[in-house]
Amino acid sequence: MQATEGVPVLDARGIVKVFGQHTALGGVDFDLRAGEVHALLGENGAGKSTLIKILTGAYQPDGGTVLLDGAPVSFRDPLQAQGYGIGTVYQEVNLLPNRSVAENLFLGRQPTRFGLVRRREIESRARTLLADYGLEIDVRAELSEYSVAVQQIVAIARAVELSGKVLVLDEPTASLDRNEVQRLFDVVRNLKARGLGIIFITHFLDQVFELSDRVTILRNGRKIATQPLAGLSTADVVRMMLGKDVSLDHHVTGIADAARGATRVTFRDLGRTGSVAPITLSVHEGEVVGVAGLLGSGRTEVARLMFGVDAADSGEILVDGAPVTIRNPAQAVAAGFGFCPEDRKIDGIFGDLSVRENIIIALQAKLGWFRALNREDQVELAGRYAEALDIRAANHDMPVKLLSGGNQQKVILARWLALDPNFLILDEPTRGIDVGAHAEIVRTINRLREEGLALFVISSELDEVVAYSNRVVVMRDREMVAELTGAAVAPDSIVQAIAGVPAVEVAQ
Amino acid sequence: MTRPTVELRPAHEPPGHRHRPWAEALLRPQFLALAAVLLVNWLLFPGFFTITWQDGRLFGSLIDVLNRGAPVAILAIGMTAVIATKGVDLSVGAVMAIAGAVAASMVVAGWPAGLAVLAALAVGLVCGLWNGVLVTVLQIQPIIATLVLMVAGRGLAQLVTEGSIVTFSDPLLIFIGTGSVLGLPTPVVIALSLMLCATLLVRRTALGLLIEAVGVNRSAARFAGIRASALLLLVYAFAGLCAAIAGLIVTGDIRGADANNAGLWLELDAILAVVIGGTSLLGGRFSIPMSVVGAMIIQAMNTGILISGFSPEFNLVVKSGVIIVILVLQSPMAASILQKRRIKGGRA
Amino acid sequence: MNRSLRPLLATATIFVLAYILAVAQFPGMLSTRVLGNFLTDNAFLGIAAVGMTFVILSGGIDLSVGAVIGFTTVLIAALVMWVGLHPLAAFGIALIVAAAFGAAMGAAIHYLQVPSFIVTLAGMFLARGAASVLSPDSIGIKHEFYTAISKSYILLPGGGRLTVIGMIMLAVFAVGILLAHRTRFGSNVYALGGSESSAALMGVPVARTTVLIYMLSSTLAGLAGVVFSLYTSAGYSLSALGVELDAIAAVVIGGTLLTGGYGLVAGTFIGVMLQGLVQTYIVFDGTLSSWWTKIVIGGLLFMFILLQRLVFTATPRRRKLAWKT
Repeated sequence: MQATEGVPVLDARGIVKVFGQHTALGGVDFDLRAGEVHALLGENGAGKSTLIKILTGAYQPDGGTVLLDGAPVSFRDPLQAQGYGIGTVYQEVNLLPNRSVAENLFLGRQPTRFGLVRRREIESRARTLLADYGLEIDVRAELSEYSVAVQQIVAIARAVELSGKVLVLDEPTASLDRNEVQRLFDVVRNLKARGLGIIFITHFLDQVFELSDRVTILRNGRKIATQPLAGLSTADVVRMMLGKDVSLDHHVTGIADAARGATRVTFRDLGRTGSVAPITLSVHEGEVVGVAGLLGSGRTEVARLMFGVDAADSGEILVDGAPVTIRNPAQAVAAGFGFCPEDRKIDGIFGDLSVRENIIIALQAKLGWFRALNREDQVELAGRYAEALDIRAANHDMPVKLLSGGNQQKVILARWLALDPNFLILDEPTRGIDVGAHAEIVRTINRLREEGLALFVISSELDEVVAYSNRVVVMRDREMVAELTGAAVAPDSIVQAIAGVPAVEVAQ
Repeated sequence: MTRPTVELRPAHEPPGHRHRPWAEALLRPQFLALAAVLLVNWLLFPGFFTITWQDGRLFGSLIDVLNRGAPVAILAIGMTAVIATKGVDLSVGAVMAIAGAVAASMVVAGWPAGLAVLAALAVGLVCGLWNGVLVTVLQIQPIIATLVLMVAGRGLAQLVTEGSIVTFSDPLLIFIGTGSVLGLPTPVVIALSLMLCATLLVRRTALGLLIEAVGVNRSAARFAGIRASALLLLVYAFAGLCAAIAGLIVTGDIRGADANNAGLWLELDAILAVVIGGTSLLGGRFSIPMSVVGAMIIQAMNTGILISGFSPEFNLVVKSGVIIVILVLQSPMAASILQKRRIKGGRA
Repeated sequence: MNRSLRPLLATATIFVLAYILAVAQFPGMLSTRVLGNFLTDNAFLGIAAVGMTFVILSGGIDLSVGAVIGFTTVLIAALVMWVGLHPLAAFGIALIVAAAFGAAMGAAIHYLQVPSFIVTLAGMFLARGAASVLSPDSIGIKHEFYTAISKSYILLPGGGRLTVIGMIMLAVFAVGILLAHRTRFGSNVYALGGSESSAALMGVPVARTTVLIYMLSSTLAGLAGVVFSLYTSAGYSLSALGVELDAIAAVVIGGTLLTGGYGLVAGTFIGVMLQGLVQTYIVFDGTLSSWWTKIVIGGLLFMFILLQRLVFTATPRRRKLAWKT
């Protein structure tokens, strides 16, 4: 199933996009042929959503050109891109849950007579249209009454109707079951046969292999490769997504062997139905447990369970041997846990509050309403941790939102260190920050380990995980599938564990 | 778990960092606006700034502005905290009416005035808690949650007064509305002390910071271990308490509880005062004293319109003008225009 | 069943039950006379509530409704009594002024990106203020047209009177239902309430729709003012005080979700009638006082807000897939 060669239907060349000081895309090429399914892969922060937003008109590029059928185009907004033939279907279906299926298909272009919408005609046309996609449903029912799979197909039908050249599928299968995924793939294959160019974004590698002709892999805003999938193995793809092949240059040999302290926290059968299969894991003093796994593997969900952001429905948590109840973050903080979440902007920083306040806020929340840290304490604490972590801010009274991503991350880290925690969870601590700050954070993690802290660090960069972890836990399909120790803490064995090579072969 | 011991050293601040904060504060747009309004009033009425001492208390237009502005200022103090959490309380006007009705009916029924006052305050607190429960436990949007009491509240107040204006001659209630302490009208003294207490409470404890944190980013607040629900309950209860105090003042002032008109539209004045004071409707940073200044600006305009001979309702037109100006100035559009101009200026 | 119908069904059931109970107690309430008065007495509220339904469906709120009614009554009175215009001409001018006023508020909401409650709050101050600047006192209207209107009605079997203003309200509801459910504008309103960002991506003209929604609301408030003026034969700046709250309550009790996206114009009609029923019951009873209306309405409002939370936070039961095999 080789795609037709020739002029690509969509051709992006040297696309650059910069946000503030952060380069999201540094000169990326991407081409899509008619009649092919082209997978776009990369971890969070790799730049794939930025690239998609540029191709669909949601962002304007800062450099580079986009050619559609060989002619340069620039889109003011997604609506205009749609008019040019580029339709997008997002994971969180961007339709109207409160309106009927038929109306969702025809909104904005309903046929009318004397100003009144011809409902019957819309409904019969909607039925015909969906029949092509193998759907026979009551088109008068509210969209939200149907499963996400049906909503996806309705969204695809609408996008194809309106656009018809290029279809972008952004994580369409994230919440579908196996059967639904197959249905969706049938639809996609059909559209491919009709000559549409399809960009397919997902974090399920088996689906990439099943459906796609070619793959483009992005990492840190750069294109790593565009290759036909035939001839690639899962491990090849994982390796390209997660890091350099040369592995051991950061690896401090002997971490795994270093004497670790007593058991700090134990999670026994911690799980939540529909989110993460029960996990049993202990973390010791002076130990970093790294977590590897692709986006959507359940790695963030584990962290959220541990910190009580989502309440676990099975298992127990022991701190220093004593059971604790953690049903919400406040209880986790009381148990001596800290958590630097993956999405700094949404879950981490208080943008309008000062650097100082952002550092002392968790300590203050723990002290309660009436034991306020006075200004001198705050200045002192903020100063101490800013110095220790080398937070670069003109002064500590400026709003934290004015700092760079790396410095914001350090502020959140400082927030937890100020609490003198037992156990610290870091979810993608180096995501979206520049190279210098990246190295510093890796150094900091190592230093904290040496000082005796127990850490649980999620990362999608293998070199990084290897550089600080005593042990690595591998997640796949919302399940812990391997625990690597000793010499097995190496990029290659992690890649194999993620790619699904049986764990027995991997563990040592 | 011990937190790191903090050695208390004199804060070394960069020189020139905190020079003369008072001078800076006085140059804020709110103070300039207040000065401008007062100046216009003085031009319209040359005796505006004259203050006389008579019968053991101060008299004058300026004192009158403070006195008339006190109820809105008190409402604004509670409203500031609510708005800082990204909420709003539309029911405070109705709560004023309920509190006034309770106090008046009780003294008329022969209860001791002190008890009546306490009961009115308790009712305000309960009303605030009701709003707080709707917002936190049932997770209804604040504007909708407080709308319920806004609609039903006046009916409840009328239920208490049985539809009539309950008049009384109780000295304590009258003192709250029209008396004087150390030469200043009681409402002014109450408003000022409430402002001081509330400001001290939020700034000397961690409450202010935690409220701001919840208003800035509720999700991050949860991750940082802040228990937002208790904080929200407290804030709405406080707003209810402030409304009850304002209700007592208004009732004492007219020596009667008017369930229909007491506090009518004052919730809107209070919101306006908070917004003028610089607290964003999107939550976050707040300043109680600046909200009080906002209330004073509104009242100074009110008084100005009265003394210049316009009908008092003309005030509504002016108020709407003020809202429009503020909205335009705060809008993202204005911000982007200003930014462009700044960039241009920088290049020139 | 369609989720948006559930609260409506609850309202309809409550109305029917309440009416049956009321009739059981006061058989006199079951007459076309009472029904006719229902329509006449609540005409201005009903008309304003239709506009409010569109605003709330789109996810907004309009606090200026009562003030616009008050302003319109004063403007009409001034034009008829002071300028000497024919009432119909005055009505035309008043409606145009109201429409322009609503359009300006809609534009402010969209372009300044401010919450609708604060913009319409400014609008409320402005309209009340402008009305009192025109005339702080009530102006009585004496005109043969007014007398003629008040004398024209359709006699219903049983002695009830369907008055002109009652008919206007019914017509407004009929047009409102068509507009909401059978036009592109109506679809766009629901789309905005469902998700503004999705709506924009799907090609809904957000700016134009927002302006039109508030224009419609103010125009209907203006029409409610016309009806109020016919009803009272006077113009007064403080008339229709708090009607915005009654209108919001009618819309919500009628089953429209306060956060937008779900609801029916017909539901608002039942909401208005339920309010009318409460008032009429209180009048019939004679011992109950008028403030019970507000308390009952507040209670109903609370009940329906709770009901909506229950209905709309529960994840909808997904339909079984109907794959064509």
